Amino acid sequence: MVGQLVEGPVTGQLPQRARRNYTPYLLLLPGMAWLVLFFVVPMISLFSQSLQTGNVETGYVMTWNFQTYVDALSQFWPHFVRSLVFAGTATLFALLLAYPLAYFMAQKSGRWKNILLVLVIAPFFTSFLIRTLAWQTILSDNGPVVAFARAIHFTDLLQLMHLTSNDSLMNSPFAVMAGLTYNFLPFMILPLYASLERLDHGLIEAAGDLYANPAETFWKVTWPLSLPGVVGGTLLTFIPAAGDFINARLLGNTNTVMIGQVIDSEFLRVQDYAVAAALSFVLMLMITTMVAVYVRRAGTEELV
Amino acid sequence: MTESTSGDLRLTGVTKTYDTFTAVDQLDLVIPRGSFFALLGPSGCGKTTTLRMVAGLDQPTIGQIWIGEQDITHKKAYQRNVNTVFQSYALFPHLSVLDNVAFGLRRRKVSDHKAKAMEALELVQLAHIAKKKPGQLSGGMQQRVALARAIVNRPDVLLLDEPLGALDLKLRRQMQIELKQIQSEVGLTFVHVTHDQEEAMTMADTIAVMNGGRLEQVGDPATLYEHPKSTFVANFLGQSNLLKATVTSRAGSIAELDVHGVNLRLPVERLKETTTELWLGVRPEKLRLVEAGSADGGPGAENRLTGVVTDASFTGLATNYLVHLPWGQEIMVVQQNDGTHPALRGSQVTLGWAPEHGFALNASQDAHAGAQDQADDSGAI
Repeated sequence: MVGQLVEGPVTGQLPQRARRNYTPYLLLLPGMAWLVLFFVVPMISLFSQSLQTGNVETGYVMTWNFQTYVDALSQFWPHFVRSLVFAGTATLFALLLAYPLAYFMAQKSGRWKNILLVLVIAPFFTSFLIRTLAWQTILSDNGPVVAFARAIHFTDLLQLMHLTSNDSLMNSPFAVMAGLTYNFLPFMILPLYASLERLDHGLIEAAGDLYANPAETFWKVTWPLSLPGVVGGTLLTFIPAAGDFINARLLGNTNTVMIGQVIDSEFLRVQDYAVAAALSFVLMLMITTMVAVYVRRAGTEELV
Repeated sequence: MTESTSGDLRLTGVTKTYDTFTAVDQLDLVIPRGSFFALLGPSGCGKTTTLRMVAGLDQPTIGQIWIGEQDITHKKAYQRNVNTVFQSYALFPHLSVLDNVAFGLRRRKVSDHKAKAMEALELVQLAHIAKKKPGQLSGGMQQRVALARAIVNRPDVLLLDEPLGALDLKLRRQMQIELKQIQSEVGLTFVHVTHDQEEAMTMADTIAVMNGGRLEQVGDPATLYEHPKSTFVANFLGQSNLLKATVTSRAGSIAELDVHGVNLRLPVERLKETTTELWLGVRPEKLRLVEAGSADGGPGAENRLTGVVTDASFTGLATNYLVHLPWGQEIMVVQQNDGTHPALRGSQVTLGWAPEHGFALNASQDAHAGAQDQADDSGAI
């Protein structure tokens, strides 16, 4: 031992140089191992599960049964469509709410900036489930929100749009979309804020100096320069919202079932693992494809 | 814009206050149409605030801004026929160079905006990079794009906010000449804000020296340099030696002054101050330095002082001396490298200058006003 310690500095040079070359790979190792263990392996097992036949009691065997995909899609395609529509609507409303807020925080709030940021993040201090349950109370029939909505005939408008079926707000498509919008709003605000915070105020002045009125300044300068934030925010909102199963269950009714709920019940209640796995796989492929097309269309790689 | 709306830029009683701080104080200024005008002063003197008020980016607290017969004080920036070349250039990073230059034309719905933008890019010799993004250009190129983007709109007034500040010395010199040429080519009114006195003197027809939110002096570069009206201007524009003097006689065309017991002369026409106590100023390059006792002080060098050389630094073009005078003051002398043998440190010398090269300033002013500002600013860049 002692001899080795003394020798260390002399002979230690070669192994040290070799170790330095491997350092990046060593640093990658935990992350790669994590991904392989918790992403790649489950993906393969999920895919293989979707092609097996059998049941929970007798076990499953691989039969390459692609028919499961056809059956699952023909039965549950309305849920896919509904999920995409709900998630899309929630994303749009989150963008409309978040953009002015993020703009104000980034460009105008001055010393209130940090306080506002904490307030945006604050909901994360409570669980997602608790916050969604709270919305049940907020939207309950004898609450002030419903009373106000009735007073200004907002409930009538929602009924006209078929977003509610009576003059209450709970257990309706409206409640589900409102819940989705609320729950994923911070994921929209933060990337927008990061983008708008970097926006050089000098560019806005320059646009004004070059005869652009405030509206033109927004559409020609502010908006294009905030596109990375818009793309990031919409992705972070849309992807989890499309797969969400909490909001639809707690705030919706039997006609608002989203695909996340279907997968949840196929796995845990119906215990038809093949269908559940097939649905999961289709959802993932759909979202991946949509995101790829969207990011390409938005051309984020060209933005500075 | 039509000819009738163009004209001189006039500021009348313009004041800008922030809470307790007055950035610009009762500024009256007329900038003739088509002139190259420089607003010169140390940082914090109010020159940039003045420019921003003309651009419409800041509102004056009191006062009016006119272009010709039109009061533009309450017009928004985008309603004014004024364009700015910003210090940071503020080029739109998401637009190509051509789209940057065409931005103003597009907003005004000019029909052949592409062709006009290309013309402006040709003027600044950058037509070949029209399709690039600003991020791909060097600082000097970005500066020219910013200039083209402003010039292309043919504004009544073009404002330049320290436009050369970010460039290195060589490029700055080159751009100074180019800017001057472009200005005479397009004939627009240029208002150039700078803290660099050399830049202002090289480029401008007229310079307004600002200090502490007020105008110190307005005039052409030669007048400001040869006839400074305040110690601030004397020190901020070039360097000056200021000697405490007492007027002993104003008879005839030559006044006699007593400087620590030495009799010196100054033409009465250069003596505007009526007090007997004053600062007698003389520029370092106007002084002739000869060995003590030597008869030759140069032609007309009637004024004589003696002293000891305490420092001599050779710069190639000239030698800069510091000469210690008998009463303890050190004065600067710049002696052109004309082949004469330079004086050594410690040697006794005689300084001579022609009376008409002196100037007189009110003795109530600080002799060092402006000198420190200049050193600070040049150090900051």
